[in-house]
Amino acid sequence: MALKKVKGSIDRIFDKNLQDLVRGIRNHKDDEVKAKYISTCIDEIKQELKQENISVKANAVCKLTYLQMLGYDISWAAFNIVEVMSSSKFTYKRMGYLAASQSFHDGTDVIMLTTNQIRKDLNSPNQYDTGVALTGLSCFVTPDLSRDLANDIMTLMSHTKPYIRKKAVLIMYKVFLKYPESLRPAFPRLKEKLDDPDPGVQSAAVNVICELARRNPKNYLSLAPLFFKLMTSSTNNWVLIKIIKLFGALTPLEPRLGKKLIEPLTNLIHSTSAMSLLYECVNTVIAVLISLSTGMPNHSASIQLCVQKLRILIEDSDQNLKYLGLLAMSKILKTHPKSVQSHKDLILQCLDDKDESIRLRALDLLYGMVSKKNLMEIVKKLMLHVDKAEGTTYRDELLTKIIDICSQSNYQYITNFEWYISILVELTRLEGTRHGHLIASQMLDVAVRVKAIRGFAVSQMALLLDSAPLLSGNMQRKGICEVLYAAAWICGEFSEYLEDPVQTLEAMLRPKVSTLPGHIQAVYVQNAAKLFAAVLRNGQQGSQEGAAVQETIQLLTDQLPIFVQSADLEVQERASCFLQLVKYIQKLQQKDVDVGEEVTALFAGELNPVAPKAQKKVPVPEGLDLDAWINDPPSEPESEDEKSKSAFAKEEPQQPRQRHREVDEKELARRREERKQEQANNPFYIKGSTPAPKGYQDTMGVEHIPVVQIDLSVPLKVPGMATSDKYVKIEEERRKRDRAEKGKKKEKKKKREKRSRGDRRNESGPESEEDIRPAQTVDIVTEEMPENALPSDDEDRDPNDPYRALDIDLDKPLAESETLPVRKHRAPDPVKSPAEDGEKPEAPQELKKKSKKEKREKEKKEEKKSKEEKKKKKHRHEAEEDPAGEKEKAPPPAPEMEAVQSPSKSKQEVPPASAPAEDLDFWLSNEPVPSKSQEAVVATSKSTTEEPADPGQGSDIEDAKSSKHKKKKQKKEKEEKEKKKKKQHRVPNQEEEESVQNGTVEEEEDPLPPMSNYCLLAENTYIKMVCDVQGNLQDSSRVVVSVIFENKSSSFLKSMEFNVLDSLNAKLQRPEGAGPHDSLSVPFQLPPGVSNEARFVFSVQSIVMPQKLKGTLTFIVKSDDGSSHEKLDFKLHFTCTSYLTTTPCYSDAYAKLLESADMKGSSARLQGVGLPFQHLLAKICFHHHFSVVEKINSCASLYSRSIQGHHICLLVKYTDQTVTIDAKCDESSLLGNLLDEIKLTFSQS
Amino acid sequence: MIKAILIFNNHGKPRLTRFYQYFAEDMQQQIIRETFHLVSKRDDNVCNFLEGGSLIGGSDYKLIYRHYATLYFVFCVDSSESELGILDLIQVFVETLDKCFENVCELDLIFHVDKVHYILQEVVMGGMVLETNMNEIVAQVEVQSRMEKSEGGLSAAPARAVSAVKNMNLPEIPRNINIGDINIKVPSLSPF
Repeated sequence: MALKKVKGSIDRIFDKNLQDLVRGIRNHKDDEVKAKYISTCIDEIKQELKQENISVKANAVCKLTYLQMLGYDISWAAFNIVEVMSSSKFTYKRMGYLAASQSFHDGTDVIMLTTNQIRKDLNSPNQYDTGVALTGLSCFVTPDLSRDLANDIMTLMSHTKPYIRKKAVLIMYKVFLKYPESLRPAFPRLKEKLDDPDPGVQSAAVNVICELARRNPKNYLSLAPLFFKLMTSSTNNWVLIKIIKLFGALTPLEPRLGKKLIEPLTNLIHSTSAMSLLYECVNTVIAVLISLSTGMPNHSASIQLCVQKLRILIEDSDQNLKYLGLLAMSKILKTHPKSVQSHKDLILQCLDDKDESIRLRALDLLYGMVSKKNLMEIVKKLMLHVDKAEGTTYRDELLTKIIDICSQSNYQYITNFEWYISILVELTRLEGTRHGHLIASQMLDVAVRVKAIRGFAVSQMALLLDSAPLLSGNMQRKGICEVLYAAAWICGEFSEYLEDPVQTLEAMLRPKVSTLPGHIQAVYVQNAAKLFAAVLRNGQQGSQEGAAVQETIQLLTDQLPIFVQSADLEVQERASCFLQLVKYIQKLQQKDVDVGEEVTALFAGELNPVAPKAQKKVPVPEGLDLDAWINDPPSEPESEDEKSKSAFAKEEPQQPRQRHREVDEKELARRREERKQEQANNPFYIKGSTPAPKGYQDTMGVEHIPVVQIDLSVPLKVPGMATSDKYVKIEEERRKRDRAEKGKKKEKKKKREKRSRGDRRNESGPESEEDIRPAQTVDIVTEEMPENALPSDDEDRDPNDPYRALDIDLDKPLAESETLPVRKHRAPDPVKSPAEDGEKPEAPQELKKKSKKEKREKEKKEEKKSKEEKKKKKHRHEAEEDPAGEKEKAPPPAPEMEAVQSPSKSKQEVPPASAPAEDLDFWLSNEPVPSKSQEAVVATSKSTTEEPADPGQGSDIEDAKSSKHKKKKQKKEKEEKEKKKKKQHRVPNQEEEESVQNGTVEEEEDPLPPMSNYCLLAENTYIKMVCDVQGNLQDSSRVVVSVIFENKSSSFLKSMEFNVLDSLNAKLQRPEGAGPHDSLSVPFQLPPGVSNEARFVFSVQSIVMPQKLKGTLTFIVKSDDGSSHEKLDFKLHFTCTSYLTTTPCYSDAYAKLLESADMKGSSARLQGVGLPFQHLLAKICFHHHFSVVEKINSCASLYSRSIQGHHICLLVKYTDQTVTIDAKCDESSLLGNLLDEIKLTFSQS
Repeated sequence: MIKAILIFNNHGKPRLTRFYQYFAEDMQQQIIRETFHLVSKRDDNVCNFLEGGSLIGGSDYKLIYRHYATLYFVFCVDSSESELGILDLIQVFVETLDKCFENVCELDLIFHVDKVHYILQEVVMGGMVLETNMNEIVAQVEVQSRMEKSEGGLSAAPARAVSAVKNMNLPEIPRNINIGDINIKVPSLSPF
């Protein structure tokens, strides 16, 4: 054994490490030699992997990881990777996990073996082992692993180390994706992490929720208030960007949210210096404006702001900003085209940019900017660019864009189709474009759908066919010859418009045509036949024409044999058919039989465009089951299938025939009859044998379209190819004339306009554009749809979307069954709650051996409690006369799950299902949208903002108010006006309330009175300032003061400047370069009656003492009479409370804290407190930033942390209106001051 | 979400590949080739965003890249990421590399690809941004490399001792190590 070991380590001397491998590969320059070298290396690695020594294996795996990057499959080493992962040494473990994350995937079967190893690593006492496991797992997590490890990961989300917490939070997203059932049980904790004291964890939680919400936004609407609060308080740009992006996804679902967002977003746009943040704000504002379809006047200001900021971006020399500016601009374009159109110059300028991506973006923008007025002009510019363009790809892109622009929304912007046809013809002259097919389909589309243009189109196409041989050499290579397909078809189909069919026919039968691709030749032949029919028809009219017919027949018999010899089957078949037809006709003609009509009848009937989805939308007739067998299913389908596979092909057709014969002949006849009947009544059935009536036959749809013949102001005959340029001039003249005419013949025009408007589907252009009358009667034949087509448009949704599984309602309370699966040793006891029983004794085994006993005891307690609670609930259910029986049926909110997550929360009631939605409504209804419920809320808030009264009083008022509502509606309206002012600064209050819900206990019976931390700072006749001081979590020496300025006067307040006399301890943070006595300007102005909030940051050194700072606000009052300079002094009070931040704490951590030696105790008594305990707690939590750790009857433990990391623990007991507070803190003077402040809070009320 | 992170040099040689979605190895190589093809033909003064790249993504995805000296750093991200934010993240990542390797150059990435992976793991995890604060990243990386050192590293002392001897036997002592000034010069960009 020992010898073996020695031998092993001697061998190792000659092992290559990664560096040697890389060096070796680099020295073998030649590809072949290199491949050989690598394959010997892989052989060596295989040898190394067979060794027992783990370090050798790790080294080998390290080399494999490198080879994987070079494209070598290393899946054969998966098991060795698992071995290295399970090493106890961090170095090897990390290597193993790295290799696994690079090479494992859902199909790797050894992943099954890793579950226990990963669990062990996750629960390792070394945080880096845990970290490495989490990182690795995030890359190769499978549905099985997610199910088995979800619970362990969830426990890690409240790990003591933020490093682990943030990783655990992030990986939850992957777990949700793979195992959607885990979303609901884990979500409450994830939500909790939004308030995590560590900014990294907070950011991770925001990240995950944003990612979830992006896929299924509607489930996350109820989180909007929380995110709103984060948005207004966070200073981390990453978090802000994510939140702002999230709001962009939420606003389309809830327009009220948008209204609320506009103001803070515009403030951010004004204030931020980070371009990334600015850009995202602009983007979200755009999303908001899109969602608010009703344009309110002040929103045009926001649009202007956005466009203006974007213009700055586009004009920037940084290409990135330019690109993004254009991108965002295109979003505005969709809803507010006018505001973008004013920047047309800038966008056209971008077409000349050297950067192709920017040019393409600009093209996209142009697409949306066209109107009837400027289409010709823009396309003309684009045509110039087409000529200038260098690369073919860009030129092709231009070409498609021109066509897209013109054809968008059913040719909405084209006023003159002759112009469009000539543009298309011009485009065919482009060298080397790949888009011949696109041009061809446009030609066909226009010719078919715009009846009035057919004559012109045919003349142009005939010219095109004529000149085809000149171009064909060029054309053939590049695929532009596709246009000939369209040209031939148009000439054939609409041959009645042809000036000289014989000449065109000649052009189509030139020998050179046979060099064209087969499918085009086929069209040539077929349409030559149509032309021939036209010639025959004309031939009847006079003897002179008769000669022409003879000539044509001669021509055909001469030329067609070329096509009969064609290698292309289609061409050959058509040509020989046609040739026989010609010969037959020739015979008949010699007998003087008139065949013109019959031949024409061959091609009678008009083709109408059919909507692309028409077939799909044909409703299934009642009683028709498409899945049912028409005949009885074959008796032995399987064996027959086998036979037919193995048997010769000959036998196949015979088998089914025999089967059919079994069906009764009579029955068959009857069915056939029925079917015929059915078909006759069915308008959608294409009748095979309808005799064609003479002449051209209009189908139903076309007949109904009124075709108005207008004296065309443009000559239809154009000698030679049309050039599009002249149309621009002609069009201008025409419009002028039109305008003049319009004045004269109002009555006549009315009629005409009505019709032409009726014909067009999309008439949504700006108003002024409606005046521009199209030159042709543009009866765009609308696409045919079957009658009673199903109006469904859901087809677009992909059923295989992996994110669909995460479309889960998160507001419903958790049901008992919804727990994460937990590893169990014994069969679970059915009486106990499964989650608690299974998890606790297992998971943190290594972590907390000491506290095990304590924990067990606690758990027992908890179980009891949760049982008690259940009982309580039952009582309540019985006591309450529940009007809706449904409520009782619904599963009771499950305390079990909560218990697993955090013991402290287990005592909290899960809010009722509808609560979040109501909260959201409540939160959103702060906008001046008059509604009853809101009215009541405002009423209570009015009475409670200054002085939070006891709930009895509050609810009394509410009751009184609501009764008032019913009686005196008029009065209510008056009140409302008064209150509007108040409402505006209720916005922050609401935010605060959110935090109450997070930090404290909710009770259904007694609603908490609304509270506010904003206290009056100073007030005079012009302005009122209220402020709130809050510690900044992210920085231990900073305090943020939010001041709401309210303009009480009827004048305009501007140039507000805020200044504070710094003390040694506290200093106002001024921008760089400003002196210590300079004042800060408030970043907004206040119109009369408006309030707005500004934030000021102070740096504080010591936080153990409260202190006051003197300050002044100077401002200019501007009224009609003139303006005056005013000044208001104030005293800013930094209480010790303001240095505390609401921080959640779990009871185990709390117990440890209390045990630690450096905590100093103190206590306080409050007497004569009339509040219920519930409200008392809420008040302490709210006003002094505590969170409840545990609450038992009338005793509760609370926790908070100062921005400098002092822990403060409170034990609040309540007996007979007397409150005793025992407190512990590691800083005694801070504690003393704090207790004084708490006393003060209660003595005031 | 970030779908992939690729680092390759001016010749398209991969220096680090990190896919957050499974692709088979040959597909990965194809993606690298295609991405290189797309990115390398762009001038340095054009914008750093690219749409398309048929292999990776679809319309929701973008390539965001930066070019430093001999290396391209390419992130393939979807629309939930802020474009400018990712550009800054690349900068943070490269600055972190610069700190951890002390004047990072392409050779550091060539010979220590594992270490680069470990650094990246502290920045992006499973396709999501984990940390953007450079000091925090560097601190975590350093703690872990100290742990590794205390364990003796991957190829422990004895192997290194003889590597000198081994090199003597090898006829091809690396000559191409001196490629001139290939340090990735990290320009100090304006902060995020």
